[in-house]
Amino acid sequence: MESMIQTEKLSHIYSAGTPFEHGALIDVDFTAYRGEYLGIIGHTGSGKSTLIQHLNGLLKPTSGRVLVEGQDIWASKEATRAARFRVGLVFQYPEYQLFEETVYKDIAFGPKNMGLDETEIDHRVREAAAFVGLSDAMLDQSPFELSGGQKRRVAIAGVIAMEPAALILDEPTAGLDPVGVEQILGNIRDYHKAKNATILIVSHSMEEMARTVDRLVVINDGRIPFQGTPREVFAHGEELEAMGLGVPQVTRVFQRLRAMGADVDPTVYTIPQAKEALLAALGRGPRKASPRLCGERKKESADMEFSAPWTENGIEQTSSDEKGAV
Amino acid sequence: MALKDITLGQYFPGTTILHRLDPRAKLLLTVLYIVALFLAKNALGYALLAAALVAAILISKVGFKAVFRGMKPVFFIVIFTAILNLLYTAGAGEPLLSFWIFRIYWEGVRSAIFMVLRIMLLISCTFLLTYTTSPILLTDALENLMGPLKKIKVPVHELAMMMSIALRFIPTLIEETDKIMSAQKARGASFDSGNLIQRARALVPLLVPLFISAFRRADELAVAMECRCYHGGEGRTRMRQLKYAGADYTALVIGFTLCGGVAALNLLGVF
Repeated sequence: MESMIQTEKLSHIYSAGTPFEHGALIDVDFTAYRGEYLGIIGHTGSGKSTLIQHLNGLLKPTSGRVLVEGQDIWASKEATRAARFRVGLVFQYPEYQLFEETVYKDIAFGPKNMGLDETEIDHRVREAAAFVGLSDAMLDQSPFELSGGQKRRVAIAGVIAMEPAALILDEPTAGLDPVGVEQILGNIRDYHKAKNATILIVSHSMEEMARTVDRLVVINDGRIPFQGTPREVFAHGEELEAMGLGVPQVTRVFQRLRAMGADVDPTVYTIPQAKEALLAALGRGPRKASPRLCGERKKESADMEFSAPWTENGIEQTSSDEKGAV
Repeated sequence: MALKDITLGQYFPGTTILHRLDPRAKLLLTVLYIVALFLAKNALGYALLAAALVAAILISKVGFKAVFRGMKPVFFIVIFTAILNLLYTAGAGEPLLSFWIFRIYWEGVRSAIFMVLRIMLLISCTFLLTYTTSPILLTDALENLMGPLKKIKVPVHELAMMMSIALRFIPTLIEETDKIMSAQKARGASFDSGNLIQRARALVPLLVPLFISAFRRADELAVAMECRCYHGGEGRTRMRQLKYAGADYTALVIGFTLCGGVAALNLLGVF
């Protein structure tokens, strides 16, 4: 696979030479491939925000290199500036950076800075607005009149309008209601598909990650302890928990079931996979687990199909029941 | 980002005796020190004061580096003052040096050196105060010391509250500025290129979101204060009661001794 963004022995030290000095990143080797949908997880202060700000040249490494499409972005001033446009970065709560009189002008800010001509800017603004589902009527409104979710989509459109080959989003769904979350994730997926763009998404929600990404990178204390497919990463359940992270709730249930002696696959991380794993386990006849428990699981799994995958109260309920039963 | 490196009365947490002194005592000590600085008329006086400050910096463990860093912004003013004093002080004896329209006298050199020393010591001692005292304690101390002014209807509590809120939000706003700058840079904005007009225009994408968020914060803070029944200083008690202890009295005695000592040294009249 062709690498889109790559870091080599990237280190960053904050407030060097003061009592507040601390290393935010230590010798990080990280690669994002072209067209990949990548998730970055790490608890607050793990260095993930520092990492993503290096990827488009907002922060300068204390040591090490950052390569975008094979080019060292600190080789020259032009290379740094080019990296800004090749790698789009959407910060956390991006709605607070809106400043223009109209939505249209705000989305056009990025393309204008790129020095594009009027027709191209107009084309890009309209295309970006379409990606995030903003109507033409909204383009002439003031961004400050919109709702929170709409504002955030305007801010994301402002970055998409630069047509970056890689789009990085820091907690794009933080503080949104479930409908807003789905809309934003849908918009990002659309952009990913339409432009074959590399997507890097930072999130705290393991459920959300499990559903969307191809590959996961875990950051802890400025280092990358492990990365891989969600299945590989979530197999490190206990280590993740020790880092203040976790695994999707459904994975936790299955790992616990496994620990209790049920013959189920402990690496499932989505509801459909859980259903398959359960049916497979049941199809092979009764196991060590009590029949009553199996019956309950079946009923629960049928219910789960209709509940939204991110609200898994049903599963929580079952797992505490099981503890009682044992 | 360079913005984070601004030391604007930044507090260095610590547990030294200087950190633990009552903030009122520290404030008074600083005032006494400044008074002593202006009393000093000869080299011995300045030497005594400089030694006292060096001792205080050593005790506080904040390091000379930090104190000197605070002095950077006023470096230009110090140099400027020194040059003016050097050139414009007329003396009695023969000029040491004379060129064009300027005559440099021994008195000029002396007053330039003293002026530089005075400014540097003054700034260092106030920096030491803010390095070793948290802003909250400092405003508490101010409110307490200005207490008698309430008798003549000075809104002391309100002033102190305004000050502590302002101090509290300086780091928040710096952080916010930093964040918005990064976000706009990510969209290709540049804040450090172009001519003056271009640079001023480049600030719009920074200032508009910053103002909006400052107003939003002010609004939220007001609501939060109201929710907790804040209604001004009347009948308000404090969680941290300020109490003078032995060390504070000692510190004040040292302060007065310093003042007296400097005044006494003036009588000696060396240099």
